[in-house]
Amino acid sequence: MLKFIARRLLTLIPVLLGLSILVFAFVHALPGSPADSLLGERGTDEDQAKIEESLGLDRPLPIQYFFYMRNLLSGDLGTSVSTRRPVTEELGRYFPATVELGVAAMIFAIVLGVPLGFVAAKRYLGLLDNTSLFISLIGISFPVFFLGLLLKYVFAVKLGWLPTIGRVDVTRTFDHPTNFYVIDALVAGNPADLLDVLKHLLLPAIVLGTIPLAIVARITRAATLDVLSEDYVRTARAKGLDPRVVDRRHVLKNALLPVVTVIGLQTGLLLTGAVLTETIFAWPGVGSWYLNAIRFRDYAVLQGATLFFAFVVLMVNLAVDVSYGFLNPRIRYR
Amino acid sequence: MLLGKRSAWRRSALVTVFLLLAAACGDSSVGDGGDDGGGGSNKASSTLTFGTSADPVVLDGALVSDGESLRAIDQIMEGLVTLRPGTTEVIPGLAKSWEISDDGLEYTFQLEEGVKFHDGTDFNAEAVCFNFDRWYNFKASFQNPDASYYWQTVFGGFSDGKTASLFKSCEATDESTVKLTLTNPSASLLPALSLTSFTIASPAALEKYKADGGKVGSDGLFRPTGTYGTEHPTGTGPYKFVEWIEGDKLTFERNDDYWDEFAGNVGKLIFRPIEDPAARLQALQTQELQGFDLVDPQDYQTIDGDEALQLLNRPAFNVGYIGINQAVEPLDDVAVRQAIAHAINREEIVKAFYAGQGVVAKEFMPPEVFGYAEDVKEYPYDPDKAKQLLTDAGYELPVKVDFAYPTGVERPYMPNPEANFQAMVKDLEECCFEVEKKAAPWDPDYLGAADNGQYGLYLLGWTGDFGDPDNFIGTFFQTPQKAWGFDNKAIFDILNQAEQETDQQRRVQLYQEANRMIMEFLPGIPYVHTKPGLAFTANVSGYEPSPVSLEPFSLVTVEGGQ
Repeated sequence: MLKFIARRLLTLIPVLLGLSILVFAFVHALPGSPADSLLGERGTDEDQAKIEESLGLDRPLPIQYFFYMRNLLSGDLGTSVSTRRPVTEELGRYFPATVELGVAAMIFAIVLGVPLGFVAAKRYLGLLDNTSLFISLIGISFPVFFLGLLLKYVFAVKLGWLPTIGRVDVTRTFDHPTNFYVIDALVAGNPADLLDVLKHLLLPAIVLGTIPLAIVARITRAATLDVLSEDYVRTARAKGLDPRVVDRRHVLKNALLPVVTVIGLQTGLLLTGAVLTETIFAWPGVGSWYLNAIRFRDYAVLQGATLFFAFVVLMVNLAVDVSYGFLNPRIRYR
Repeated sequence: MLLGKRSAWRRSALVTVFLLLAAACGDSSVGDGGDDGGGGSNKASSTLTFGTSADPVVLDGALVSDGESLRAIDQIMEGLVTLRPGTTEVIPGLAKSWEISDDGLEYTFQLEEGVKFHDGTDFNAEAVCFNFDRWYNFKASFQNPDASYYWQTVFGGFSDGKTASLFKSCEATDESTVKLTLTNPSASLLPALSLTSFTIASPAALEKYKADGGKVGSDGLFRPTGTYGTEHPTGTGPYKFVEWIEGDKLTFERNDDYWDEFAGNVGKLIFRPIEDPAARLQALQTQELQGFDLVDPQDYQTIDGDEALQLLNRPAFNVGYIGINQAVEPLDDVAVRQAIAHAINREEIVKAFYAGQGVVAKEFMPPEVFGYAEDVKEYPYDPDKAKQLLTDAGYELPVKVDFAYPTGVERPYMPNPEANFQAMVKDLEECCFEVEKKAAPWDPDYLGAADNGQYGLYLLGWTGDFGDPDNFIGTFFQTPQKAWGFDNKAIFDILNQAEQETDQQRRVQLYQEANRMIMEFLPGIPYVHTKPGLAFTANVSGYEPSPVSLEPFSLVTVEGGQ
C-alpha cells in the first residue's frame, strides 16, 4: 500500500514538470502583457518597455522558464504583478476559503445525493424515482448565477433568515489562524461565532453543491440499479438476511465505487470552478483572484495557482484511488 | 472498535448541536445589520458598512491611482488643500491659507497649528516637506508609471533628473510655513494638490514601517518589505486605520482627536469589497450594507422604488466619445468627420442606454469644469446634411469606415459599450456609411490597439481626476497622439499656453477658445456625460457625492445608530 502511494507520488513529478512547461507556454502565449494591464488607459510605449524590463519579460522565454523553475523548486511561486505580494502568501489567504466552501458543498451533495439516488433506485420507476430524476435534472440545468440570486432573494432579502455576502458578519472579530473560519470559530470557542460562520456558509454551499448533488444522485441511482440485479444480492436475500443489512453491506457498499470516483472528480472541479458562486456571494476565495489574474495577465499568479490546482486535483485523485481499496478489497495495489 | 468510533461521532455531533442551539438562543443580536455601535467613541458610535467594488491596492496615496485605494486613503489622510464637498472648488485643508509669488513659481502655505498625526506625532512644515521630498526622490520601481502616476502627471520627473520635473524644492521656513518652489509656473497645481496622492503622511510612520523599504527580486520586480501601506497608514484625517483583511473588510474608527469639524456620527466605518453589483444591491436590501458605489443603471428603478433605500448621483465628471484616428483615410477629411457627427442620433442613444443619468455632450469636458464654452459648434442629428456633406466633398456613398468597440467592460460613461456601438452603427449605415465592425476585450487588447492608432473610429471615454480642463482636453489634445492621428499646432499651442497661464480669468478664456477650436476641428465626437449612482439605506444622510469622488464619511449620519 505504502509502496503504491510512493510510486504514485513519484509519477507526479514528470506530470507536474510537463504541466509547468505547458502552463508557462500557454500563459505567455496570451495576447498582451502584464505591462499593458498595469499601464491601462494612460501608458506610452516607453513606459511599457520600462515595466517589461523591470519584470524580466524582455528576456528569452527559455531563460524566463529557467528562472521560474529555479524559484519554484525553492518554494517560491513568484510575486503577483498587481498586488506585489508573493503568490504563496495569496494562496494561503484565498485557498482555505474555497476549500471550506467546496467541502461544505460536497457534504451537502453527498449527504443528500447518495440517499436520494439510493432510494430512487430502490423505488425504480416509482413516484420517488421520478421525483428524484426531476430534481437532479433541475439541479444540473439551473444556472448557478440565477439560483444564487434567487435563493438570496428568498432567504435573505424577503425572509431575512440568512446573510447574502461574505464568510462572517463584519462586526465579529475572532482570530483566523488557519483561515478556515469554521475551525477558527471552533477554536475561538464562541458558539455565536460558529453559528454566524455556518449561516454564511449555508447558501453558497447549497448553490455550489447543486450540480454535484444532481450528478451524485444520478450515479448512485444507476450504480445501485446495477448492483441490485447482481446474483450475490439475490443470494443474500434468498438466505433470509435482514433487508437492511443487504442494502447496507451488499448493495450500497458496492454501488459506492463509481460514486466515489465521481465525488473525486467533482471535488477537483469544485475547488477550481467556484468562481461564479464566489462572485455572487462576495466569497473571498481563489475564484475572483484567479479571474483577475487572467484579466491582468498576472503570469506569476496564473502559473503558480494553476500548478497548485493541478497538484490538488492529482492528490484528490490519488486519495480516490486509495479509497477504492477500502471499499472493494478485491482491488489490490501493486 | 467500530462501536467506539460511532459513539465518539455521536457524542461530538451532539456537542455541536448543543453549542449551536446555545448560540441561537443566546445571540439574538447576530446579523441585525451591523449597526451595533462599538466604535469606542463618545460622540459617534454608529457603524456604517459600505460596499466597494474591489480591495484597495495599497494604502499609500503616493503609490496608487485606482478609485478604491483613493477612497480608503481619503478617510485617513488629508492634503494641504481639499475640495468643497460635492464640488471641484479648492478650499483650505491642512494649509489654512497660501500665497503665490508674482512669477507663479513660489507657493507659500500657512499650515494649521496643533494638528497631530494618528500616531501622536506633530503635523508641521517639516512633515510636509518630508512627504514632498519622499515623492521627489522615488527611485527604481517607484518610478514605474503605474506606481507614482499622479506625481508624474502633475510634477513630471524625479530628483535623478532623467525627466524634467515641475518640482524644485520644499522648504520649511518655520514650524507652520512651507515654501514650495516650482521650475515653471503651473496654474493647475492647486487643484492637483487636492489629489489623494498628495496627502501628508506621518514621517515617523513612513520610516518606522518602511514605506520605501523593499528589494528588487530575481524576477526584477520590486517587493515591499515594509508594512506601512498594508497595516499602518497614518495621516491626520477624521478616521484612523484599524485593520484590513483582504477580500473581506477594511475597518476604520473615528479619530477622536480630529482637528477639524466632524459633522457625522459614524464611529466605525467598514469597507467590504463585493465585485458583483447585483450582490451589492441585495446586501443593501438586507441592510448588511448601508451604502455602496457603482450602482448598475438597470438597478436605479429598483432603488428609487424602495422606500428603505435612496439613490444619490455624482455630478457628471466624465465624457464618453467616439475617437477618430485621422491617420486612417478618409477620416482626415473634416467633412467626413462632420458627416459622422450628423449621422449619429446621440440624444436617442443617451436616452436609451443611460437610465436617465446621462446628458448629451457637446464638447470634450463636462459643464462642471471651468473653461467650458457654451457656444461651440454643434452637430445635431441630421442624416440628410451628412449625406450632403459627403457628396459635396466628392465621396461616393456609402463611404467605408472601420469602427471598434470594447467587450467585457463597463464604465460610468459607457455602461453597455456594445449597445452604444450597435445603435451608432445602425445610424451610420442607415445614413451613408459602410461600417467594418471590430471588437476586442477592453484591457489590454482594446486600449492598446486604440492607443496605437490601429482603429479608425473607436468608442472610448475619460473620467476626470481633478477639476481642471488640463485634465480633460489637455490630456487628449495637447500633444500629437497616435490614437487621434493628427498634428494641429494651433490647438497644441493654445493648450500649452492655457496650462501655464497663472491668471485665472485669462485661463478660462483660453480654454473656452480651445474648446471652440477643438469642436470646429472635430478630432472626435463627444456624446455623453453621465452621473454615476451611489445607493444608501434611507437612514443615511450627509453623504456628499463629489464629481471627483472625494467623499469624506465624517459628514455622514446614520439615524438609529446610537
